[in-house]
Amino acid sequence: MAVRSLATRKTLTLGLNSTRLTQSRALQTFSLPDLPYDYGALEPAISGEIMQLHHQKHHQTYITNYNKALEQLHEAIQKGDSSTVVKLQSAIKFNGGGHINHSIFWNNLSPIREGGGEPPKGSLGWAIDTNFGSLETLIQKISAEGAAVQGSGWVWLGLDKELKKLVVETTANQDPLVTKGAHVVPLLGIDVWEHAYYLQYKNARPDYLKNIWKVINWNYASGVYEKESA
Amino acid sequence: MSKRALEVHWGVHHRGFVDDLNKQLGKSDILYGSTMDELVKATYNNGNPLPEFNNAAEVWNHDLFWESMQPGGGGMPKLGLLEQIEKDFGSFTNFREKFMETALSLFGSGWVWVVLKRREKRLAVVKSSNSINPIVWDDIPILNLDMWEHAYYLDYKNDKAKYVSTFMNHLVSWNAAMVRMACAEAFVNFGEPKIPIA
Repeated sequence: MAVRSLATRKTLTLGLNSTRLTQSRALQTFSLPDLPYDYGALEPAISGEIMQLHHQKHHQTYITNYNKALEQLHEAIQKGDSSTVVKLQSAIKFNGGGHINHSIFWNNLSPIREGGGEPPKGSLGWAIDTNFGSLETLIQKISAEGAAVQGSGWVWLGLDKELKKLVVETTANQDPLVTKGAHVVPLLGIDVWEHAYYLQYKNARPDYLKNIWKVINWNYASGVYEKESA
Repeated sequence: MSKRALEVHWGVHHRGFVDDLNKQLGKSDILYGSTMDELVKATYNNGNPLPEFNNAAEVWNHDLFWESMQPGGGGMPKLGLLEQIEKDFGSFTNFREKFMETALSLFGSGWVWVVLKRREKRLAVVKSSNSINPIVWDDIPILNLDMWEHAYYLDYKNDKAKYVSTFMNHLVSWNAAMVRMACAEAFVNFGEPKIPIA
């Protein structure tokens, strides 16, 4: 009995300490990740001008606004201001989603001389054949669904960890793939917002989707697939 | 707005919508022969849009967009429209701020509108996503601004604020807006008419 009350007192003290720590814990903010290649390295599939604007302006803006929204959320939580907490959700989903999606996207691309465009081997290659028949069929499907997105959004190749199969999905605006299923993990995402291709392809989104396969980094997708299906 | 932007926006995007819509209408006995307003409302189908909606609405929206601008535009509206704006927004400056704020807070693709709200009997600045058009909410559009990236990307890259303020300062056609306002007033009862005493 005595032992137990000793333990309880200790836990209480620890509990108090950790509350103090929580309140003074700094909010983690985010910063723009570097690209693993030069802006011009994906040409001619995607122009250097687009890559630079896309990375330095668009992605950076999502990060800046995400950090701002997080700070406001942090304050609102501490004040117990529920209506502000709920009001901020759409800004967080949009800007946080933008940060998540673009971070994945930069890894999904790779210069040709570093393996961009090389078909997936190993377990992902096999899973693609099982789920879709062939890589060509999958590519057609992703391109078609990407072209059909109305307005702004993304097209994804994902792994549904619950159903243990590959899926092709689209999301609107900056909604991350997880909004399509709590168990769906993104392997490959292609940005079909106009800013991703307009300067080079104008409104010919299907041409952009046809050419981007030359710089798709299947190695990264394979890596994620292997890790998530273990 | 550069010549190049107009060539692509009007010549490729807008033209594309018109061509695609005509193709779809050619296959539809029910929709063929409707007016643009009827088409947009019918294909919107109360929120479950039919396949023709996107093309129909984008044709409608772009028609108004070109009408909402003029060379040497900008400045301020006059007479009744200015009075109404001052009444509904406090001042023209407030209205401009509201317009800018609404345009910049749109997530994704869409449009910004100045509409005459039928039930509230006042002007408002509203935003819509993708191709949605306020006539499906039964409001009367006075002018609009295309906030899809294709509308400004060639000229402004991602500087939306500069695009919107350039529109307000140099492009917006208050003449066209005043005409549309006069027509809209025929449908909304603002109260006792001011009958001039001879």
